[in-house]
Amino acid sequence: MSVDKSDIEKIAHLARLQIDEADVADYTTHLANILDLVAQMNSVDTEHVTPMAHPMDAVQRLREDVVTETNQREHFQAIAPQVEDGLYLVPRVIE
Amino acid sequence: MEWETVIGLEIHTQLATRSKIFSGAATAYGAEPNTQACAVDLGLPGVLPVLNGEVVRMAIKFGLAIDAEITPLSVFARKNYFYPDLPKGYQISQFELPIVGKGQVTIELADGSSKVVGVTRAHLEEDAGKSLHEDFHGMTGIDLNRAGTPLLEIVSEPDMRSAQEAVAYMRKIHSIVRYIEISDGNMQEGSFRCDANVSVRPKGQKEFGTRAELKNINSFRFVEKAIELEVERQIDILESGGTVVQETRLYDANRNETRSMRSKEEAMDYRYFPDPDLLPVQVTDEDIEKVRQTLPELPDAKKARFVEDYSLSSEDAGILTASRELSIYFETVVEGCGEAKLAANWVMGELGGYLNRENLDIGNSPVSAEMLAGMLKRISDNTIYGKIAKEVFEAMWKGEGDADAIIDSKGLKQITDSGAIESLIDEVLANNPKQVEEYRGGKEKMLGFFVGQIMKATGGKANPGQVNQILKEKLKGG
Amino acid sequence: MHTKTIAELAAGLRDKAFSSEELTRETLARIRQHNEATNSFITVSDELALAQAREADRKLAAGEAGPLTGIPIAQKDIFCTDGVLTTCGSRMLENFIAPYDATVIRRFGQAGAVMVGKTNMDEFAMGSSNETSYYGPVRNPWDLDSVPGGSSGGSAAAVAALMVPGATGTDTGGSIRQPAALCGITGLKPTYGRVSRYGMIAFASSLDQAGPLARTAEDAALMLNAMAGFDERDSTSIEREVPDYSAELNRDLQGLKIGLPKEYFSEGLDDAVARVIEAAIDEYRKLGAEVVEISLPNSNLAVPVYYVVAPAECSSNLSRFDGVRFGHRCEDPRDLEDLYKRSRGEGFGAEVKRRIMIGTYALSAGYYDAYYLKAQKIRHLISDDFRQAFDKVDVIMGPTSPGTAFKLGEKTDDPITMYLSDIYTIAVNLAGLPGMSVPAGQVNGLPVGLQIIGNYFDESRLLNVAHRFQQVTDHHRQIPSGFA
Repeated sequence: MSVDKSDIEKIAHLARLQIDEADVADYTTHLANILDLVAQMNSVDTEHVTPMAHPMDAVQRLREDVVTETNQREHFQAIAPQVEDGLYLVPRVIE
Repeated sequence: MEWETVIGLEIHTQLATRSKIFSGAATAYGAEPNTQACAVDLGLPGVLPVLNGEVVRMAIKFGLAIDAEITPLSVFARKNYFYPDLPKGYQISQFELPIVGKGQVTIELADGSSKVVGVTRAHLEEDAGKSLHEDFHGMTGIDLNRAGTPLLEIVSEPDMRSAQEAVAYMRKIHSIVRYIEISDGNMQEGSFRCDANVSVRPKGQKEFGTRAELKNINSFRFVEKAIELEVERQIDILESGGTVVQETRLYDANRNETRSMRSKEEAMDYRYFPDPDLLPVQVTDEDIEKVRQTLPELPDAKKARFVEDYSLSSEDAGILTASRELSIYFETVVEGCGEAKLAANWVMGELGGYLNRENLDIGNSPVSAEMLAGMLKRISDNTIYGKIAKEVFEAMWKGEGDADAIIDSKGLKQITDSGAIESLIDEVLANNPKQVEEYRGGKEKMLGFFVGQIMKATGGKANPGQVNQILKEKLKGG
Repeated sequence: MHTKTIAELAAGLRDKAFSSEELTRETLARIRQHNEATNSFITVSDELALAQAREADRKLAAGEAGPLTGIPIAQKDIFCTDGVLTTCGSRMLENFIAPYDATVIRRFGQAGAVMVGKTNMDEFAMGSSNETSYYGPVRNPWDLDSVPGGSSGGSAAAVAALMVPGATGTDTGGSIRQPAALCGITGLKPTYGRVSRYGMIAFASSLDQAGPLARTAEDAALMLNAMAGFDERDSTSIEREVPDYSAELNRDLQGLKIGLPKEYFSEGLDDAVARVIEAAIDEYRKLGAEVVEISLPNSNLAVPVYYVVAPAECSSNLSRFDGVRFGHRCEDPRDLEDLYKRSRGEGFGAEVKRRIMIGTYALSAGYYDAYYLKAQKIRHLISDDFRQAFDKVDVIMGPTSPGTAFKLGEKTDDPITMYLSDIYTIAVNLAGLPGMSVPAGQVNGLPVGLQIIGNYFDESRLLNVAHRFQQVTDHHRQIPSGFA
């Protein structure tokens, strides 16, 4: 499986990761190696196998519709990088 | 060239639960920013979602209301993208296996015909927070109170062919979700909003044209306007030889235009995969039956019953069943006064007019169904008649009491004692010999003059029918 | 006091031979003395520990004490701890004072345990050597130039160096068992869903599971008693009664059927390690167990499947670290995209970024079926292999790791080789089964771990099987020189 620089840039953008130009080659090699390793999966015919998303063969438990949480804004915002008037601040979002 | 419009709608309806879809935080509208965003809603490291059972029951209820298949094992997936109002960097939604499958609704068109619109699916998901663009030193403020509010996204087939059909469909879904009480449908608060996929194609062509997605439209009027504008825009492009670009557009109500929202050069790649923090949601036949027991009479069935039981026209029945509250109001009035036709006329006429003028919902009407029924009873038993009744209604609207109290205090009771009316008539005839002569000479129009004189003398309280009858006898008698 | 096990310390506390405050003070002193050598702790919570110790002494005096009351325990720095720095080994959370308690933390608190600190770990639990920690590598007490294994390396080294009698770990692909093996201690990864994941910072949600690291199976049982149980805040936690894991420890092993998967004894396994494992199996024969060869035919696919599933889940789980509500935020972001990219680029280390990249790729449009879906299907086959095996045998045994502790830096340039060091542990996570590692001997002065894999919810049996072995062997009693 070949991976090139533009693949790395595309994935890094999707994942919102800044990657140093100098590291692009490393990422490229690593991803290519992983894809080689993972290619072993192709040796198995899985046409009639159902995917397993969970180790447990269980179904979702349902919660009762009751309010259990109280306002903890000050507590939660004490660890926030930038807040004002109870809002989290981010660089301006343009739509 | 003749163009055909193709429209599909994605309606997001907020489910009326007390707590959020995956956390125990409150969903109440209008709280101070971030005071209803708990650890789970904020996506703090380590937190996990637990599904609110009520949203599952509500989704099933909707599925039953549109005659849809309910998926026995539905799956929550993660829709991954970065946005500041999306705390976890993914939205928990349903992708491959939505809880509600194919269903349908019937809409009424302006020409009186009806049309079936397919519902592709309806799935559960969590809402995002809100970005506030007021000036925070050039920054945007994020309020996550709404994050995690349960939504049912209802996706239609591309079955609609005009803005009017789209509006009729949206109204129908709106009416259903309110009938079955899974949503308050409040559009100002964003509890009911829609995205419209709009494309045009030459009439007769099979393939769909390239579509634009109009985002987040939150009123019936705007849906119609936005679609009409978009259709016009696309036809203009095509007729001048251009091509329509697939993109997301925003309807700006102030400028009455649609404009491109985010560039699609970076095609959205949501990287859906089943959420490993949640297990498949099981719905058994037993669960479905339990929900079916709670299903109220639906608008279509109720409309048919109104036509049948109350001998209403299909149009009137349609208006009276458009909202569950109105239909309940109407039936309460009928029950109280015993006359369906009279009740229908007053509910749609006088009451409807007042509500419209003051922009009120039926739920906020100062005249309750019981009060209106009480007044209509007084029309039926001839205590008052039309013109007086309007006066009584206005007084009730202003909060001056119920009909009987108003009739009493204002002395509006109709004079029905025929002896009293006879003596009044005798007096009027005696005072106007010339007019009597004219009438008897063949000028039958003079009857109106006498009626007027008598009504004037009684302050409008005499029964016009009764007056007419006695007058004619007296004048004949000579 | 530091050489005592949890069970022995609990007896001492009950008999008033010493108080929890004395024990805690001594433990804190020992941590101060040895942490420089091993770098096991990111945070040492002296004040909190002493307050908890005094509260434990009150309970002991009042006769309200349980088996863990007053016992010093270290917590892996992956568990959110209210009011305490919780870094997950990352620069991203360098300033993250968790605003709530993980269920595991809460349960230890209810059991009266004393939290002495938070242990070092591979960044976001991604690593097999503890070298990816932003807070520096942990060193193996048996050889300070070697790795302790990972990702729960800080916990394993702290227990092996007798700094604490027990510590918690989490295991996504071997992160409890492999460091336990490399540090010569006992580690247990419970059945998926047995211990709540609430408040445990997620790496790969469908694989992560917390468990105890201690010197003996008996101690691991005491810790698991506190940790296990249904939690309504975790949809994947199982509503199932929790047995008393200490109750069955002494059960006779006569007739126990042990399966040895031939795939776990093939190429890649160090010969000397293989001999240690075979000797351990012989001990079990002496204890009356019957040993049969079995096959887990899809074993060779466990690593490839894991390196699709785990990165895919992690790429999504780590999206919440965006510099908006908590954690690292870059200086003066130019715009929103810059905020995201630089905060994440600076906050995450190289290995975490590599895995996010793999996962993002595997889930992206056009690749989902070929990678993620395919992996989940093979995961089913791997899981079926175990189901079939457990029709024939009670437990499965083999090496925990193909070799002993390797030198620091030895594999950092070759991530794939590093990934392959988890070859025997990963399949257990994919299937969701419980697994243990117990000290089985040494090669060149470095410990070797015997892996014992059980059927779903068979933790009692695993602990029993490990405990009986520890009663007839003394591998678990070995203490690294310099830490006696």
